[in-house]
Amino acid sequence: MVKKLSTYLNKQTEAAPLAVFRILFGFMMFLSIVRFWLNGWIEKLYIEPNFHFSYYGFDWIKPLGNFTYLIFLLCALAALMVAVGYKYRVAIIVFFLSFTYIELMDKTTYLNHYYFISIVSFLLIFLPANAYFSLDAFRSREKAFQMIPRWCIDSIKALLFVVYFYAGLAKLNSDWLLEAMPLKIWLPSNYDLPLMGNLLEQEWVHYIFSWSGMIYDLSIPFLLLYKPARTFAFAMVVVFHLLTRILFPIGMFPYIMIVSALVFFDAGLHHKILNIIARVFSVSKNIFDNKRQLYFSSPRKQITLSVLTVFFAIQFLFPWRYMLYPGELFWTEEGFRFSWRVMLIEKAGYAQFKIVDGETGNRFYVDNSDFLTPFQEKQMATQPDFIIEYAQYLADHFKKDGHQNIEVYVESFVALNGRKSAPYFNPEINLLSLQDSFQHNKNILPFNDTIQGL
Amino acid sequence: MTKPEKLLFILFSAILVISCTTDDEEEGGPETGFDREALLANWADNIIIPSFENVTGATLDLEEETQKFTQEPTIANLNALRESFKEGYILFQTVSVFSIGKAEEINYRARLNTYPADASGINAKINSGEFNLELPSSFDEQGFPALDYLINGLADTDDEIVGIFNSDPNAEFYKNYLNELSENINSLSREVLIDWKSGYRDTFVSNTSSSRTGSVDRLTNEYIKYYEKFLRSGKIGIPSGIFTGNPVPENVEAFYADALSKDLYLKALETVQNFFNGKHFNSSQNGLSFKHYLEYQNSIKGGEELEDLINAQFDAIRNQATSLSPDFVQQVKSNNNMMLEAFDELQKNVVLLKVDMMQALSLSVDYVDSDGD
Repeated sequence: MVKKLSTYLNKQTEAAPLAVFRILFGFMMFLSIVRFWLNGWIEKLYIEPNFHFSYYGFDWIKPLGNFTYLIFLLCALAALMVAVGYKYRVAIIVFFLSFTYIELMDKTTYLNHYYFISIVSFLLIFLPANAYFSLDAFRSREKAFQMIPRWCIDSIKALLFVVYFYAGLAKLNSDWLLEAMPLKIWLPSNYDLPLMGNLLEQEWVHYIFSWSGMIYDLSIPFLLLYKPARTFAFAMVVVFHLLTRILFPIGMFPYIMIVSALVFFDAGLHHKILNIIARVFSVSKNIFDNKRQLYFSSPRKQITLSVLTVFFAIQFLFPWRYMLYPGELFWTEEGFRFSWRVMLIEKAGYAQFKIVDGETGNRFYVDNSDFLTPFQEKQMATQPDFIIEYAQYLADHFKKDGHQNIEVYVESFVALNGRKSAPYFNPEINLLSLQDSFQHNKNILPFNDTIQGL
Repeated sequence: MTKPEKLLFILFSAILVISCTTDDEEEGGPETGFDREALLANWADNIIIPSFENVTGATLDLEEETQKFTQEPTIANLNALRESFKEGYILFQTVSVFSIGKAEEINYRARLNTYPADASGINAKINSGEFNLELPSSFDEQGFPALDYLINGLADTDDEIVGIFNSDPNAEFYKNYLNELSENINSLSREVLIDWKSGYRDTFVSNTSSSRTGSVDRLTNEYIKYYEKFLRSGKIGIPSGIFTGNPVPENVEAFYADALSKDLYLKALETVQNFFNGKHFNSSQNGLSFKHYLEYQNSIKGGEELEDLINAQFDAIRNQATSLSPDFVQQVKSNNNMMLEAFDELQKNVVLLKVDMMQALSLSVDYVDSDGD
């Protein structure tokens, strides 16, 4: 076993797939940031709001006013440098840090996609993605290698495997499979699509989409790994992601996933892609085909492999943490994030906050739109950690206004996957007596239904 | 293709073919989708346009009565003007919600009904004789609330009010301003109606797009915003101090008029419920609206009968209102708890409309258009 592992770790492979991955990933990231900027989202999401929701333990990470643009600029530049492979190590570290900083500024905008990009870029820090077809390799022949350890490329495959497979596992529940929820809510709203529109209002179509989505997520990583099925699997990847792009507002992510799936192919395809790129930019690709093999120095290899082992252990285990919490995951969302639960629930809520003077009993309601953007309000109303953090903010605000003995209460309702809205959070508890933590929150009211499955 | 590839290909093709044939069989069946164009046409032709037609009749009358009064300021003419004002203000409640198209563009609701009116601002404008009602800063110096102030709130007695229009050194300015207010109310209402009749109706009805700019999405968002901000908060919540803890009777709609506030509230409530049910304006007939859209969605989802819950809650709100004083100023002063109760009842439908109905219809509350997962 150990011997097998050690031979595996010494196996070499072409660096071309990793180079293609680096180029396309960097380029896509650059485009994503430009798109984000042009859509005015930096302003809307990070500059305009008075208040930002922080991740537990990361409340020191905040937007920096107009300097926030600088972070995005830095991130975009780093992405370009990654794409061309110029000062790669510094570039990918800067990209990872700036991108992750952006994501941590406000959890309102949490998306699994962004988390995916953060961890891919973290992984890339440790991989020799600039060994081949990069400016770094071009400038210093010392650093140019045609062959790299095979595990470098396999680690990216492993990460993609986790993303798809866990997204598939998350769909193994009664709402998704037996009720076709939430697709039953989402698909009909595309009624005006040409050709498909009318179909999307048919119940049986919702079931076909639900089931095929589940089968797709669970099987695609295997099909991509299995050489005879690979071309077909890739065609499925393209169809599936383009379809999701048409049906749902999910931005750049489908393209990123399509491009990422190329890493499963053999080096022949990647050499062809690089040849095209080389021709377009009239550079010579041949100089990189030097047959040199990259071997990590022993300490570097040890450190890298240890980091990756821990990294993957976390990736494999972290999505299961929800099992440590009582209650229905979709309702409490305790352990929901960072687990590839993608497009899985339709949740809407309404939270009315009440400020009470604990001594006189005087009370009044809060108009959320005075403090939150509609997007923040929407996210806040259905997630307990947001509710607690917001209550604290309200208390601070009204204290400054001269109010005393402040207590904050919430009356909230949440509707999940088409069920009628139900009371969500204990209205009797002074929210200021609560603190956000990883402990189960006992003040989330019970979900009066069961969802079977994982 | 390799062998396994062929197998997979055949499998998926088979699914595709089966899907398509099933579709053929079901064509023309009951599940042909909800007719959104018919929904929009009902809203436009049977509710919105007739309501505006009705309003413009009243605002024309208001303009004429105002002229009569300013030409001959007598108590009799003042009372006639007040009657016309009452009628116009009540009917305005039947169109206030439709802030879409021209109404949105010209800030129709804000220009006709921003309250409380800024009495000192109005006095300053009158005394200087100069004013520009187009400015957003003058929204609280015009419309029905300003008119209310001038014909009901200028002085304690009718004699005194008529006296101001007769013999105040600035009497001419008072008359001008009053005329200008009524003219504006009428011309703005007309502008909206004409726009509906000269093309906007078709733009509105044919825009069945599912996007945020589609008519269904836009008007539904306006409807819910109106219910939450202008009906619940404006008419009940803010005067009863629900957001501050301090009741402010001056914030009651039609503050100066004698017991008009409850009528305005009831009319707005009726409008909102009738619209929900698709009830034709001034008729007992019903056409397509949210109620039927929800029924249709329920037929797909087998969910709860949300439309019944919402209607029951509207009834509960109206029921609670029977115990409110006809004058909310009195109600706030004497027993504000009744106002708070009204707010709580209204609140229940905010949840049903904004959370349940929006989810059932797969519409999103207007928020930043960022990416989803």
